[in-house]
Amino acid sequence: MAADVTLTGLSASELAQRLRDREVSALEVAEAHLERIAAHDGVEAGGDEWVARDADALGERDVHAYLHVTAAAAREHAADVDRRRAAGEELAPLAGVPVAIKDVLTTRGVPTTCGSRMLEGWVPPYDATVTERLRAGDLVALGKTNMDEFAMGSSTENSAYGPTRNPWDLGRVPGGSSGGSAAAVAGRLAPLSIGTDTGGSIRQPAALTGIVGAKPTYGTVSRYGLVAFASSLDQAGPFARTVEDAARLHALIAGHDPRDSTSVRETAPDVLGPLREGVEGLRIGVVRELAGEGYEPGVERAFADVLERYERLGAEIVEVSLPHADYALAAYYLIAPSEASSNLARFDGVRYGLRVDAATAEEMNAATREAGFGPEVKRRIMIGTHALSSGYYDAYYLQASKVRTLIARDFAAAFEQADVLISPTSPSVSFRLGELVDDPLAMYLNDVATVPGSLAGIPALSLPAGTAPAPDDPDAALPVGLQVMAPLLRDELMYRAAWALEQDLGPLAAPTGPSALEVA
Amino acid sequence: MSATSTAALLEGETGAWELVVGLEVHVELQTATKMWCGCSTDFGGPANTNVCPVCTGQPGALPVANEQAVADAALLGLALGCDIAEVCRFHRKNYFYPDLAKNYQISQYDVPLCHDGRLDLDVTTDEGEQVTRRVGIERLHMEEDTGKSLHVGESGRLHGAEKSLIDYNRCGIPLLEIVSDPDIRDPETAQAYLRELQAIVRTLGVSDARMEEGSIRCDANVSVRRPGEELGTRCEIKNLNSVRSLGRAVRYEARRQIDVLEAGGEIVMETRHWDEGRGVTETLRRKESVTDYRYFPDPDLVEIHSSRAWVEQLRARLPELPAASRARLQQAGLSAEQAATIVAGGLLALHDEAVAAGAEPVAVANWCTGEVTGQLSSAALTPAEAGLTGAHVAELVALIDDGTLSTKLAKDVLAGVIEERGAVPPAEVAEQRGLQQVSDEGELQGIVDEVVAANPETVEAIRGGNDKAIGALVGQVMKATRGQADPKKTNELLRAAIEA
Repeated sequence: MAADVTLTGLSASELAQRLRDREVSALEVAEAHLERIAAHDGVEAGGDEWVARDADALGERDVHAYLHVTAAAAREHAADVDRRRAAGEELAPLAGVPVAIKDVLTTRGVPTTCGSRMLEGWVPPYDATVTERLRAGDLVALGKTNMDEFAMGSSTENSAYGPTRNPWDLGRVPGGSSGGSAAAVAGRLAPLSIGTDTGGSIRQPAALTGIVGAKPTYGTVSRYGLVAFASSLDQAGPFARTVEDAARLHALIAGHDPRDSTSVRETAPDVLGPLREGVEGLRIGVVRELAGEGYEPGVERAFADVLERYERLGAEIVEVSLPHADYALAAYYLIAPSEASSNLARFDGVRYGLRVDAATAEEMNAATREAGFGPEVKRRIMIGTHALSSGYYDAYYLQASKVRTLIARDFAAAFEQADVLISPTSPSVSFRLGELVDDPLAMYLNDVATVPGSLAGIPALSLPAGTAPAPDDPDAALPVGLQVMAPLLRDELMYRAAWALEQDLGPLAAPTGPSALEVA
Repeated sequence: MSATSTAALLEGETGAWELVVGLEVHVELQTATKMWCGCSTDFGGPANTNVCPVCTGQPGALPVANEQAVADAALLGLALGCDIAEVCRFHRKNYFYPDLAKNYQISQYDVPLCHDGRLDLDVTTDEGEQVTRRVGIERLHMEEDTGKSLHVGESGRLHGAEKSLIDYNRCGIPLLEIVSDPDIRDPETAQAYLRELQAIVRTLGVSDARMEEGSIRCDANVSVRRPGEELGTRCEIKNLNSVRSLGRAVRYEARRQIDVLEAGGEIVMETRHWDEGRGVTETLRRKESVTDYRYFPDPDLVEIHSSRAWVEQLRARLPELPAASRARLQQAGLSAEQAATIVAGGLLALHDEAVAAGAEPVAVANWCTGEVTGQLSSAALTPAEAGLTGAHVAELVALIDDGTLSTKLAKDVLAGVIEERGAVPPAEVAEQRGLQQVSDEGELQGIVDEVVAANPETVEAIRGGNDKAIGALVGQVMKATRGQADPKKTNELLRAAIEA
C-alpha cells in the first residue's frame, strides 16, 4: 500500500476526522510519517527499531528530530486501532493519530536517554504516566525525540547525540530543550509531540519552529516518569501545528495522578470547551518588563501587530507590570540547578546506564559522572551544589526562593487587572547552529520571557505570530512566537486567546526557501 | 522517688567527672509497605525482590508519602509526650553512597513531625535505690532506610573487597529517628531509656523493635565534664547491637575520655565504633571536616498538615503505655520486677486475659514470668505464635488449685498446649496424655504396698530412725506412677504402711 505523503501535512484534528470517517487507516497515517522520517531525519531506517545515525554521520539536511523510532510498534499499534475501529469499537477522539515523545519521558521497553551518554542503552522498566495516557488515548507513538542533555539548554545543541536542525532553516537551531519534539511537528515528521518545559523548554522551541507549544499549570500533568531536571518547575505539555490540536493533546495528558505527590487534586481545566469563545471583552495584559532591550526589532514588530489584531478583535489591552521579573532569570538559574544537582546524583554507575570501572566505588562514581555528563550539565550541577552548600544556602537558594514567591505575587496582582498576559515568547528568532554554544549567558537569555511564568507555576503557551528577519540575514523570514500566560488552573483562557489570534492570522505558511526542509 | 535525682559522679585521678549522654534511636516501622512506594517491607526475602522503580531510584520515579507511616510516627510522638507540628515537610539529605538509591535520603530537617517530648524512667542506682529519671526528647522525625551492601572478598569490609553487592529490599523502609536531649548521666539510665522506648514501640505495635535484626538501632553521644561546667566535646558511638553493649560502651567511653583529659589530652569530635569482642571504642571517622549534606526541601513532596482533629483521633487510639501497665500490675500485688518482666516480655495481654478469666493475678504472674517465659523462649515463640491464651493460663492455675495437677505436671501440660499450638486446652492435654495427678487412695495404696514390700531394707532403716530414707520410697512411687502421684498423699500412705 503506497503511503499518501500529503497525510503528513494534515493537522491532528483533520487526521482524526479522516480516520473516524475511514477515509484513511491509522496504518497509512503511520506509514506516511515513517516514510518521511526515513527520508529526512537521518535515521537508520529498516527493521523494527530505527536508531538515529551518529552525530558525525548525519547529513546537513537531516533534521535529527528523533533519537529512536519504534517503527514496528507504531505499525502494530496503528493496525490494532484499525482493527478495533473496523470492529465498531468506540475509540478515543485522537485514536490512530501519531505522536512523538521527548526522550525524557520513560517508555517501557524503549530506550530513554535524556540526550545523555549517561543513559545510553538504558531501557526503562516502566512507563511514565504521560506515556500511559497517550497509549490509553490510542495515539500511535512513533518514537523518542532529541533534546538538550537532561533538558538543560535552549538550542538542542547540548544533546550528546548531535543537534536537531530547524525545519525553517536547516542551518539554524530549533530551540530547546524540546527541540526534537518541536522540529518533528514543524517538519511534518509527526502531527503531535510531547515536550517538557522547565524554564521555557516547550514555548521557546515552539516559537523558533513556528508551531504551538503549551506548558500546562504546574501539577496538572503528572511528572511520574519524567526524568527530573528541576522537580518544582518541570512540566510536560503538547506541541502541535494548531491551537486546537495542542488543546486536544493537553486534555488527553492532564489529570490527577496519585503517583505524583505534587499532582493537583482538582479536575484539570476543560481547555476545549471555551476554545472558540473569542476575545471580545477579554482583558489582555501586556507585560511592561518583557519587552525593550534585548528583544530583536523584528520580534517587537510582530508583537505590535498582534496587539493591533487583538484590539480589532474586541479585546481590551492593558499594560501590567511584574516588578520582580528582572530577577526571575537569576532566581531560576539558582533554583533549577540546585534541584538538578540533587536530582542527577542518582546517575552514579551503580544501578543503570553508563559505568566507568575504577578501583573503588567512589572513583567509579566520579569516573562515570565525568564521562557521562556533558559540559552544560556539569556546569549546572556545580552551580547547584554550590548554591545549596552550607554558608551559601541562605544567600543563593533561599534568596532565590523568596524571589520566586515575589514573582508569584506579581502575577497574582497582574491577573487582577488582566485575564491573560502576553509577551514575545523569545527575544530572538532562531539563531545559527554553533552561534551561542560557547556563550552560556547569552544562551540563558533565551529564557528571559518564559522563566517568570515557570517560577509562578502558571500555564503559558506559545503560538506562531508571523515572521521576522534574522539579525544576520535581513532577507530571512523566521517564525516569531507569542506567549500567552493565564492564571493558575485557568489553562483554558490561554487557549481561547491563542485560538482567536490564530484564526485572525490564518495558517502560518510552511517553511520555504533553499535552506528550509521541503514540505510536501 | 524524684525526677531530678542526681546521678553518681565518676571518680578520676584528679577529681570527679560527670557523664553526659544523648541517644539517637532509629526505629524501622512495620508498615505493610515502604515509605514512598507500594513495595512490601518483609524482612529476610531474597535480595532485590521487594523493589520497584521508586525505591531503586530509577530515573523519573517519584515518592508518595505512606500515610500509615506518618500516623505511626505521630502516635509514637504522642506516646513520648511530644507536640505534633501542624505543618512539617521533608528535606533531602544529599550524600553519595551506593546503597542509597537516589544518592540523597529523604528526611526531615528544620521542622520534624514531633518535638519536645520526654520519657520518665525507673532506674535502680548502683546503691540499689529506685529513682525516676526524666529524659527530654528533642525531636522525632521521619526518614527512609537505605539498602544493604555486601562486600565480597577476604576482608568482608568495603576496603579490600573484590566487589560489592547491594540489596535494596530495605531501601525506603520507613524509619523514625528519635533524638534525646543530653539528659542522661549514667549508663543505667541510657539502658533504661532504650528498653523503655523499645517497650513503648512494641506496645503501640508500630515496630517489633528487634536490635538483632536492626529494626531498632541506637547511637550514643558521649561526653564528660567537671560537675556544673559547660558540656564537653562529644564522641558518637556506633555499632551498639544490644542494650547490654550500650551500657558497656558508654562505661568504656566515659573512662577513656576521663583518662585522655586527665593525661592533659583533648577529646576530638569524632564517630567511634564499638568493638563488642574487645570491649573498646575505636575511631571510625573524624568530624572536623563536617559533611555538608546540602539539605533543601524535597520538591517532589508536599507539606504534611496535621490537623488538631487528626492528632486527637490518634491520641484517643493510644493504648495503655508500659509505665501505666507496670503501675497497674504492682497495684494488683505483683513485684516491680515481675511487672517489668511481664510488660517488657510482651506477656501483658496474656496476663490480663488470664486474670479476666478469673485467675488470681499473682499466681498468673508467677506462671507468666517463670515457666511460660522459659518455655516460649526456648521454643522461640511469642504467646500468639504458640497459640497460648490467657484462658489457657487461667485453666492451668485452676487445675493446680483444685489438685488435678502438681506444679511439675502443670509444666508438662503447658508444654503440651504449646506443642499443639493452643488447639487443645490444658485439661484435655492432661487427660489425653494421662498427666492427671494420681490422688485416688485405692490406686495409690496398691503401689505403696508394692514399693514397701519390695524394699524391706529401706523400710527397716526408716523404722530404725533414718527418716530421710523415705525419699527413696517416694521416688519409687513416683517412678511407678510416671510422676503423677500426689506427693502429699504418697507420703501419708507410705508412713502409714511403714508404721503398720
